[in-house]
Amino acid sequence: MRSLHTPRGWAVFAALAATLLAGVPLLNALPADSALHLPDYLIPLIGKFCCYALVALAMDLIWGYTGILSLGHGAFFALGGYAMGMHLMRAMAGEGVYRSELPDFMVFLNWKELPWFWHGFEHFGFALLMALLLPALLAFVFGWFAFRSRIKGVYFSIITQALTFALMLLFFRNETGFGGNNGLTDFKRLLGFALADPAVKLGLYLLSAATLLGVYLLARAIVRSKFGRVLTAIRDAESRTMFCGYEPLYYKLAVWTLSAVLCGLAGALYVPQVGIINPSEMAPTQSIEMAVWVAVGGRGTLIGAITGAAVVNGLKSWFTAAAPDLWLYALGGLFIGVTLFLPEGLTGLAARLRRRPAPLAEARP
Amino acid sequence: MNAPRPKLEPLERHPLFVPYDVPLATAAEREVFAADVRDRPVPDVSHGPILYLEGVSVSFDGFRALNELSLYIDDGELRCIIGPNGAGKTTMMDVITGKTRPDVGQVFFGQTTNLLELREAEIAQLGIGRKFQKPTVFQGHSVFENLELAMKADKRARTSLFARLSGEQRDRIAEVLATVGLLGCEATLAGTLSHGQKQWLEIGMLLMQDPRLLLVDEPVAGMTEQETEQTAALLTSLAGRHSVVVVEHDMAFVRSIARKVTVLHEGHVLAEGDMDAIQADPKVIEVYLGEGA
Ligand SMILES: Nc1ncnc2c1ncn2[C@@H]1O[C@H](COP(=O)(O)OP(=O)(O)OP(=O)(O)O)[C@@H](O)[C@H]1O
Ligand SMILES: [Mg+2]
Repeated sequence: MRSLHTPRGWAVFAALAATLLAGVPLLNALPADSALHLPDYLIPLIGKFCCYALVALAMDLIWGYTGILSLGHGAFFALGGYAMGMHLMRAMAGEGVYRSELPDFMVFLNWKELPWFWHGFEHFGFALLMALLLPALLAFVFGWFAFRSRIKGVYFSIITQALTFALMLLFFRNETGFGGNNGLTDFKRLLGFALADPAVKLGLYLLSAATLLGVYLLARAIVRSKFGRVLTAIRDAESRTMFCGYEPLYYKLAVWTLSAVLCGLAGALYVPQVGIINPSEMAPTQSIEMAVWVAVGGRGTLIGAITGAAVVNGLKSWFTAAAPDLWLYALGGLFIGVTLFLPEGLTGLAARLRRRPAPLAEARP
Repeated sequence: MNAPRPKLEPLERHPLFVPYDVPLATAAEREVFAADVRDRPVPDVSHGPILYLEGVSVSFDGFRALNELSLYIDDGELRCIIGPNGAGKTTMMDVITGKTRPDVGQVFFGQTTNLLELREAEIAQLGIGRKFQKPTVFQGHSVFENLELAMKADKRARTSLFARLSGEQRDRIAEVLATVGLLGCEATLAGTLSHGQKQWLEIGMLLMQDPRLLLVDEPVAGMTEQETEQTAALLTSLAGRHSVVVVEHDMAFVRSIARKVTVLHEGHVLAEGDMDAIQADPKVIEVYLGEGA
């Protein structure tokens, strides 16, 4: 945990920032016949990884540092994604297949006017606000009841699974008004920029990378503060924090809501790059995968969460191209392997390889 | 701890001190801290006792863990509570600290503060500190951080985000480190301490809260003989400045610190008095000491 706050921690951060913000665009700018050229189609993929890494950071705050395993973070991510998707749909009013002011799926359903909850999303600022506010609201209300009833451990994880599952079923229905199982797709432009333009894709990627780096610094500041030390204390001995005079409810609620907001932000950045948002993002397995990223990278280190998201999703991309049927087995195997042999994940392994035996201070009672 | 206390140096000058990366508080933040500490209500001990339990009963699924228990602890007193397994000693502490709500009865802190109306954290903020039967410290934090987190201060989430340590607060931590004999271990991860050291750290965490009343559940369980002696000296030195309630099975230990002993049996007080009177009491011999202790 402490290793993040050392000069080496800063060096790792600087290297990451240089790779994401300078390295990727430079390699992309090389001539197409160069061996090092990074093709255009990989840019949104790396952008997508940045969004996933953002989710992993959010997961690490709540799980790695506070000890609360959420298996429902996909719901917050998808809510942010839907808010942005609704804006993208409204931004192309009149340009759909049916040339209607309404999104295509509504025309298909024979709806005559826009449902009330779609109003306002034609404004980018409103949609962005909703992408953050809706997950915050859902998390706050859910967290208030769950934490106040002192629901903990595996019970909490199970009800978060139920939460995302229920939302998925709701969004699957056509009548709910979010495009049913097809979701929202065929976006054309964001703030007037054509989404198909490689320069816009690069811009969106850079925005995601910069957001990831910024959120990393924010998360780092939080875990270094006394607030962050209380979170870890709650993880290690919650009753002791209470008898020290802390109210764990408010600490948990604060970090839980923040975590959901960060997922919403990630979802909002994800949708314009991927070009689609549908209820499968709320599938229980999706949320479980998010926990696996953090477990593989190593909990409670922040940098481990980013590493885990990159490694697991890199593997997933490779598998879905090379052997799509094998991916779920590979994921399961990875998770079991890490749990059994690398309880502290990849960062724990790196630390173990580097560590000198630490001298224990002698007690002098 | 038996030896005369070392003269306290500021923590920064201690040879083993590892600089801690929390910036110092500004004058304004120190003022907020001082105001918070000033504002804590002081229990009214004008009638002597600091803690009143009257007619307290607790049932678990029909089983009476506490049965009309009445108990009074004087301000500044060191009280030992003994009793066979399952007598209700831990349950009594749960009731005082708000962890368990009694079915009937009254629990007052001083003359005026009704503890049954308060939650755990509020009771802790009043100055009632508790050491658990099983040592519970924050494993993932250093000894220093454990004491820092336990320190009497504004404990709200909002303020903790920007909290800074003042020089006085560091000195206070150094003082408690010396009191519990952990000076030099401040940078050690609490999870790697020995069992005895964890017990001391936990007592240190109680002291950081400047408690009026300390509840200590089985402090010497699992300690070596030497550690037990040191703990006895520590607890004795705390009485007077604090009121201390110690639950313990170890008779030699109780004899070495006790002035007044209360025997609990089946959820109520069986006998009360000094150790010699207790050991001579036929009722006590029958249920407890008679078993060979
Ligand atoms: N949460 C609970 N649910 C059910 N029964 C309980 C609970 N807590 C305590 N008890 C029962 O209440 C009785 C008193 O328990 P308590 O822990 O207070 O005893 P104790 O005097 O501290 O014993 P020991 O010396 O073993 O620590 C025991 O019989 C115990 O089984
Ligand atoms: Mg007990």
